[in-house]
Amino acid sequence: MKAILALSDGTVFEGQQFGATGETIGEVIFNTSMTGYQEVLTDPSYKGQIVTMTYPLIGNYGCNEIDIESIGPQVEGFVVREYSAFHSNWRSKWSLDTYLTENNIIGIQNIDTRALTRRLRVHGVMNGCLATEGTDGNLDAATLVEKAKSWHGLVGWDLVQRVTCPNPYAWNQHPSSSATLETDKPIQPENGKYRVVAMDFGMKYNILRQLTKHGCDVQVVPATTTAEEILAAEPDGVFLSNGPGDPEPLDYAITTIQKLLGKKPIFGICLGHQLLGLALGGKTYKLKFGHRGANQPVKHLENDQVEITSQNHGFCVNIDSLPNSVNITHINLNDDTLEGIQHRECPAFSVQYHPEASPGPHDASYLFSRFTKLIDEHQ
Amino acid sequence: MPKRTDIQKILIIGSGAIIIGQACEFDYSGTQACKALKEEGYEIVLVNSNPATIMTDPDFADRTYVEPITPDTVELVIEEERPDALLPTLGGQTALNVSVALAESGVLNKYSVELIGAKLPAIQKAEDRALFKQAMEEIGLSVPKSGIAHSLQEAIALIDDIGFPAIIRPAFTLGGTGGGIAYNIEEYQKMVTTGLSLSPISELLIEESIIGWKEFELEVMRDGADNVVIICSIENVDPMGVHTGDSITVAPIQTLTDKEYQTMRNAAIAIIREIGVDTGGSNIQFAVDPKTGKQVVIEMNPRVSRSSALASKATGFPIAKIAAKLAVGYNLDEIPNDITAETPACFEPTIDYVVVKIPRWAFEKFQGTDETLTTQMKSVGEAMSIGGTFKEAIQKGLRSLETGWFGFDNHPIENLPLSELSSKLTIPNVERLFYIKSALKRGMSIDEIYSYTHIDPFFLYNLQEIVEFEKSLSTQPIRPFIENGKSDAEVVSLLRQAKQLGFSDRQLADIYDIEETQVRETRKSFGIEATYKTVDTCAAEFEAETPYYYSTCSSEDEVRPTDKQKIMILGGGPNRIGQGIEFDYCCVHAAMALKTDGYETIMVNSNPETVSTDYDTSDRLYFEPLTCEDVLNIYDKEKPIGVIVQFGGQTPLNLAMTLKEAGVPIIGTSPEDIARSENRQLFKEVLDDIGLMQPPNGTATSSEEAAPIAASLGYPVIVRPSFVLGGRAMQIVYDEKLLHDYMDSAVQASPEHPVLIDKYLEEAIEVDVDAISDGNQTVIGGIMEHIEEAGVHSGDSDCVLPPYTLVDDQIDQLKAHTYTLAAALNVRGLMNVQYAIKNDEVFVLEVNPRASRTIPFVSKAIGVPLAKLAARVMAGKTLNELGFTNEIEPTYFSVKAPVFPFNRFPGANSRLGPEMKSTGEVMGIDDDVSRAFAKAQKACGYSLPLKGNAFISVRNKDKRAVIFIAKKLTDMGFELIATHGTAKVLLRSGMEVDLVYSIGKGRPTIHDYIKNHAVDLIINTPTGDLHRTNELLIRQMAIEHDIPIFSTIPGAAAAVNAIDALQSGEISVKPLQDYHK
Repeated sequence: MKAILALSDGTVFEGQQFGATGETIGEVIFNTSMTGYQEVLTDPSYKGQIVTMTYPLIGNYGCNEIDIESIGPQVEGFVVREYSAFHSNWRSKWSLDTYLTENNIIGIQNIDTRALTRRLRVHGVMNGCLATEGTDGNLDAATLVEKAKSWHGLVGWDLVQRVTCPNPYAWNQHPSSSATLETDKPIQPENGKYRVVAMDFGMKYNILRQLTKHGCDVQVVPATTTAEEILAAEPDGVFLSNGPGDPEPLDYAITTIQKLLGKKPIFGICLGHQLLGLALGGKTYKLKFGHRGANQPVKHLENDQVEITSQNHGFCVNIDSLPNSVNITHINLNDDTLEGIQHRECPAFSVQYHPEASPGPHDASYLFSRFTKLIDEHQ
Repeated sequence: MPKRTDIQKILIIGSGAIIIGQACEFDYSGTQACKALKEEGYEIVLVNSNPATIMTDPDFADRTYVEPITPDTVELVIEEERPDALLPTLGGQTALNVSVALAESGVLNKYSVELIGAKLPAIQKAEDRALFKQAMEEIGLSVPKSGIAHSLQEAIALIDDIGFPAIIRPAFTLGGTGGGIAYNIEEYQKMVTTGLSLSPISELLIEESIIGWKEFELEVMRDGADNVVIICSIENVDPMGVHTGDSITVAPIQTLTDKEYQTMRNAAIAIIREIGVDTGGSNIQFAVDPKTGKQVVIEMNPRVSRSSALASKATGFPIAKIAAKLAVGYNLDEIPNDITAETPACFEPTIDYVVVKIPRWAFEKFQGTDETLTTQMKSVGEAMSIGGTFKEAIQKGLRSLETGWFGFDNHPIENLPLSELSSKLTIPNVERLFYIKSALKRGMSIDEIYSYTHIDPFFLYNLQEIVEFEKSLSTQPIRPFIENGKSDAEVVSLLRQAKQLGFSDRQLADIYDIEETQVRETRKSFGIEATYKTVDTCAAEFEAETPYYYSTCSSEDEVRPTDKQKIMILGGGPNRIGQGIEFDYCCVHAAMALKTDGYETIMVNSNPETVSTDYDTSDRLYFEPLTCEDVLNIYDKEKPIGVIVQFGGQTPLNLAMTLKEAGVPIIGTSPEDIARSENRQLFKEVLDDIGLMQPPNGTATSSEEAAPIAASLGYPVIVRPSFVLGGRAMQIVYDEKLLHDYMDSAVQASPEHPVLIDKYLEEAIEVDVDAISDGNQTVIGGIMEHIEEAGVHSGDSDCVLPPYTLVDDQIDQLKAHTYTLAAALNVRGLMNVQYAIKNDEVFVLEVNPRASRTIPFVSKAIGVPLAKLAARVMAGKTLNELGFTNEIEPTYFSVKAPVFPFNRFPGANSRLGPEMKSTGEVMGIDDDVSRAFAKAQKACGYSLPLKGNAFISVRNKDKRAVIFIAKKLTDMGFELIATHGTAKVLLRSGMEVDLVYSIGKGRPTIHDYIKNHAVDLIINTPTGDLHRTNELLIRQMAIEHDIPIFSTIPGAAAAVNAIDALQSGEISVKPLQDYHK
């Protein structure tokens, strides 16, 4: 079946549908990771976005019930050069087509994804409308372009409300917490030693798996949970999760973080990092085309080591906007943007990238130990 | 850390002659290293015996020693140069082994030379099987179970732990002879017993069988600050059991999830840290059980490897260059990524295309050997292709091989019985992919094919998609549309789809039984054109600065041709016997020379091992197959003012005419003149016109025609098909029966493919002449006298420059003939002529108006870069303008010696003849010709003995000549051993001889002597096909036991003289720069 991806600048890519049918709208972005499409699909940070994979063959190893980062696929649409209908891997359960169809995600294949990526790189990410041929055979590119043009986009939109958990829950009670690989088994003898509250802005399961692996007993709470409610639970530390979209509209979360600062050890990842930055008085801005992939070099300024990191963000904390109370701990070697901060007095630190990886390299998993160490220091 | 300032002078060791498993990829890595370190201001001392390398060009190092890469010679270089550091990791296993030997023997300590890149303990830990196993266990990684046994008892003690099936590998047998897989104890005992008796050191490696597991490789880099990055991941299409060099491989990994890939990545990082490779690149191989996902570590190369070259070309990340910079102290984040210019080299390249590497074999040259692909590498070259999908890339890769396939074609044998087909699928072989196609075509399921091949179903499915599409193509009535060029939306879409699946115009032409040009014209009229995309290390995330392109059928083209004057150079494609690094050397030189003349250079090649495919060799690089279609597509895009076809060997020459007919401006000698030299009849006319002689000859199109021709010429005759390179299927035929055999079975002559029959000039001296001409003036580059008589392929002969036995009259005659030939063929550029001198008469054997295999050797011998001059001549300069008008006759001697791959092909006829069989060559230079010969022998791996036992067995016609040789050997203190006939002659001449029996006629035989390590030198001239098995066994044992063997009288004489020279004093070393002064 024919499908069209129409961009707000008028560019139209025509390809073939796979997965679900229908019409969808979102910000069109690209991810350069060569592995991990299932993790990408299920990462709530992609809410509101149509994801293009730059690696051309997608679907090769199918999908399974373990490699998920949330309850199911979160992306608004999925764009690939060639979808592999055949899936080959000893862990594979379903084809990617089945997985997307069942989760109602529209995919488009057989388009020049590199041409699309180059357009996004040069002109910046833009809104797009992805649609498949209707039963009447109707698929009008001009209409789709108009829809893309008139869509509001991500800036100023609170997408977290769409992905945060409705009610608090304990991760070790969650059905997905038992589905782990051998490598994710706890490394700490003191299983569940640290009581951590995680603010869920669209949290990836692998953060929860990593926290658990490092001895944390995690209570996940909705994004709107107040500081008072969190402190009442008497956690040893607070974790600020990743999540989709623009951090600026999330004033409720920023207020919560400001109130928690200095009271409990805090660790933030991605959106959690941006929110910590805002809570500390910094400013955020939108990157031209973001960082999304598994090969971003980040320099750890404390020891001059370089970590190859997994990244997924379209917004960024302005490195010059931070107050003196903040130490810059990590920077991106590709474009010198901010990747990590630590408060000079309060026990709080955060990184823009994804130490939990999934998909991507595990170089930065030491940050979870740093969090538990910080908790130890403030017990 | 910034670069080190405590070291100034760095010694780099190359990899020597091209052999199977060690080809031009180490010229690529060594050249990058020399460039990178020179640019940092270090003084570079280089040792490499291979003259055909770019790295041994005198401008790449400060002191270039073209000397044998052996511990004692390298020690002499160290003594002379006193380098501060030795970089051992860029010259393959050869450099690594020599470096380890120098470190272990204390030489490096003695002269305070520091190993940089990898220290001795790290190399030992990676190379020593037991140490490696222990290291892996310490970091919690698994390796296949294995053990060493020297007796049946030891082997039986091992098997409990290893379990069945078990692999038995005898140490040091040719091509792994005597090895196998045992499934039960009875079989095991049998195999162990045979294996022990076959192994020269009675040693077996017993291993757990993981045949059929998925095989993967990671290319890892580490810097001094312990930053580790993965440059490229590779998945082997052929599973465990086939050497990775013989496997079709794909980058990146296709069938691992992120979870599994990251586990492998973590393991790789842990391994490079545990082994302790300080800085630089390593290659780590893994196997994965397809049923459970269990990962085991197979091996690690603590150095740049063949896979590193592939990874560099596949990603655009220059591993060798970066490795060199890391070795002198830089960290990865201090080095810029050349491709993007704005980001650092400390990252992991991500690619947005699929890369396929396909090996190329040369079994046709080694008939009689087992063609099964095993864990011993047997391929001689490889092609790499880049496509938007696996399907496109594999089809491009298959046509890049230049072995007659135009993509995923049909196997010529269509209806093999099922049992035979299944065995062709089960036992890995050169054509397995095409048997898979046969199986798919007859409807065999992917599951069934998998059960035979263990090739991942993902790849089989992709191949099936090609087959299915091809079926649908052939049922569509497309032909009329193509024939009248009428456009139709459905037809256009189908053709576009065909191109997206990688089908070549030629394949489509074959399907519809029309001309390729018709497909091309129609396709273009439908607007279906090749589009080019950039290899940029980052999947378009950053803008690329370097124009490194590949074609894929897509919507956007990224090439922005400039309006500069451009010259396109066509490369040589995958290495093969007869066409290898020498031609790449010439292409690289052309690019360098034309750049200095202000042209923009465009390189087209498909061989990832080469310097020509480095992104900074030419201004624009197209990594593409060298077929007419692919070259024309690039031409249409770039519109160069000239295309050079005479530097890439036979590959571009074969395209020359068609390209010219399509309007492509070929510069240099015209395709018509090239044809005049290659076409027997036309060439005869040329020679008749200018009054030069050829050996008497004729042309036959059938066996019946051949017999009277041969009879009138008189036997022996040399027979060969027309238009071949490397003497393919060329033979000396001694009688009519052999002639019929040859005509009927070997070549299948026909009117389109006539067979050339030449009188064989016995005992003639063969001479090679390389010359350059600008159309008006011809200057001789070098005259090389062969040591072996005419009849041995020039690529397989030792040769000496300048000639060592020719007199001035003869040389003047050769020169005069060469000038006349160049003028008659309107040569512009290079020309190579082969002459035979018999009874003072000069015969022209062959003229090649193109770069020859000997150009790099001659250039190094005389100190003039002939290929560079030729490229500039082709672009319009005169030799006068270039200042090359005086012929150079060096006062020193350069000897070129060939290196053979017989150790990989047990059972193959290892006799030398008109068909080329060597894979590479070395050069020995010295003021004295015998010492130069000794050096060349040493560089080939044969250290001539200074004392000991010499075994002599020669055919009757050589018996006179061998007397003097034998006499000289006894004078020098050698003991003689000979077979009956030879012994009798020697005894009569008053020499003492130990008698051995011919095999099968009594004991002891020469085999007993060899087994007792009582033979140090062998002179054995072949007697014709009758004693073939005897000779073959002797040669095979000589190869196994590393005993120098000479099979011609002139060769033996040269060896004896060389021993004499060596006895009178140690060899000395001297860099090219001093010779050229």
